[in-house]
Amino acid sequence: MTDQAYNFAYLDEQTKRMIRHAILKGLAIPGYQVPFASREMPMPYGWGTGGVQVSAAVLTPDDRFKVIDQGADDTTNAVSIRSFFERTAGVATTTATAEATVIQTRHRIPEVPLSEGQILVYQVPIPEPLRFLEPRESETRKMHSLEEYGLMHVKLYEDISRHGHIATSYAYPVKVEGRYVMDPSPIPKFDNPKLGDCAAIQLFGAGREQRIYALPPYSKVVSLDFEDHPFEASKADHPCGLCGSVDSYLDEVITDDAGGRMFVCSDTDYCETRQAQGHRGKDAA
Amino acid sequence: MTPLLSVQGVTKRYGAHIGCADVSFDLYPGEVMGIVGESGSGKSTLLNCLAGHLAPDAGRVIFDTRADGPRDTVTMSEPERRMLGRTDWAFVHQHARDGLRMGVSAGGNVGERLMAVGDRHYGNIRDKAIDWLERVEIAPGRIDDRPTTFSGGMQQRLQIARNLVTGPRLVFMDEPTGGLDVSVQARLLDLLRGLVRDMGLSAIIVTHDLAVVRLLADRLMVMKSGHVVEAGLTDQVLDDPQHAYTQLLVSSVLQV
Repeated sequence: MTDQAYNFAYLDEQTKRMIRHAILKGLAIPGYQVPFASREMPMPYGWGTGGVQVSAAVLTPDDRFKVIDQGADDTTNAVSIRSFFERTAGVATTTATAEATVIQTRHRIPEVPLSEGQILVYQVPIPEPLRFLEPRESETRKMHSLEEYGLMHVKLYEDISRHGHIATSYAYPVKVEGRYVMDPSPIPKFDNPKLGDCAAIQLFGAGREQRIYALPPYSKVVSLDFEDHPFEASKADHPCGLCGSVDSYLDEVITDDAGGRMFVCSDTDYCETRQAQGHRGKDAA
Repeated sequence: MTPLLSVQGVTKRYGAHIGCADVSFDLYPGEVMGIVGESGSGKSTLLNCLAGHLAPDAGRVIFDTRADGPRDTVTMSEPERRMLGRTDWAFVHQHARDGLRMGVSAGGNVGERLMAVGDRHYGNIRDKAIDWLERVEIAPGRIDDRPTTFSGGMQQRLQIARNLVTGPRLVFMDEPTGGLDVSVQARLLDLLRGLVRDMGLSAIIVTHDLAVVRLLADRLMVMKSGHVVEAGLTDQVLDDPQHAYTQLLVSSVLQV
């Protein structure tokens, strides 16, 4: 196989150009879902085809690439996408958040604050926040264009009436720059406050739904709520069992069939860095 | 006195077919207008043209808005028209399923219009929803139940509550009692009559049921093949029909 068998980062240049157009438009209109001609990628829908196409369009040979899946660098999805770009783009990869220039993520924002010059690429399964309330795409587009977002609050109302509080814990809808209501992809609502006023560029790619949207650095992002039921970023009320962190987002891990469980940071890089610095939680070996 | 709604020469064609042709009337605040006619006579087309669901091919529909006085709703921008649809107008569908969100609780259904116009206080929204459920004779304990668990009559009453919660001034009703059994119909009519009187609502009611207009409507328009063939005070039209078609319609009512 010659070195020209793949174009740099898998996609051909015309396709990347088309995707970059969509990204620029998305950045110009924060929160607006820009349609794009999503390509077939060598992976199934739902595995991050949108995120991979956005990453392919923004990667340069000098970039350092990191992939996380639910915060972890070592799960199947993260490993396979990382090796995909190692092979097709030959870019350097890393697991350290601070060293990466492009981070593709599924369902988390890293714990370490992002900096200027970094790009965070989200994999988005369903870009339309109004989808489950109004199934007609023609109607939801009209609602976006006319800024008719009362329906989004009906969902939150239903939550409170059923559970006593806003029980939506992921994919929590946000309003961007006072205009578009946006689905932040299924990140936990714990991460919602990190969306706003973020130094990095945030790009959202939905491959199956053929939509790209974006948050430019330092955008204003507000999580929707009621006056008497304000938004609350929630997490499990425990310290991390391995590194003892009390302010990171935790996964609950079942350890036996007798009720044993432990809470560990979902961001593996953050947890390992802390352990290397000598922090220890109660379950650390 | 300015009419609340002034309809001038509204015409809607479906290709070569006539939906409704050259309909004109004025509706004054607090007045209830009935539109009767057989199936296919153009009454629903007319109602949809008036409510902004269909764009008429000709004519003007001038509504006396709160802010800017009389405005032609046909030529106003879509956001403005949709805003009217959420605030000053209400539309009661024949089938409650068309007007309700079946996957959302009764309280959410009533609260939707409040949230659509910017209410962001859960407690207030819920209080108003409970108040309105009581006004349409639905037990407040059913507030968190979905409309799928309601009977047909309750669904229709819920639809009415959902529409009236923002205090509209004009209600469009398309066969509001269609598909309900007679005793439920009677209760619903009683309820509607009370609400219309209490709130000083204006209403346009499309129906083929002459008993409904006899009870609710002040004035009556009879339509046939897209044209208005007779109009006047309800009792006058029903008791002394002039046009041959109206005579046929009145004489067709079954006597028990």
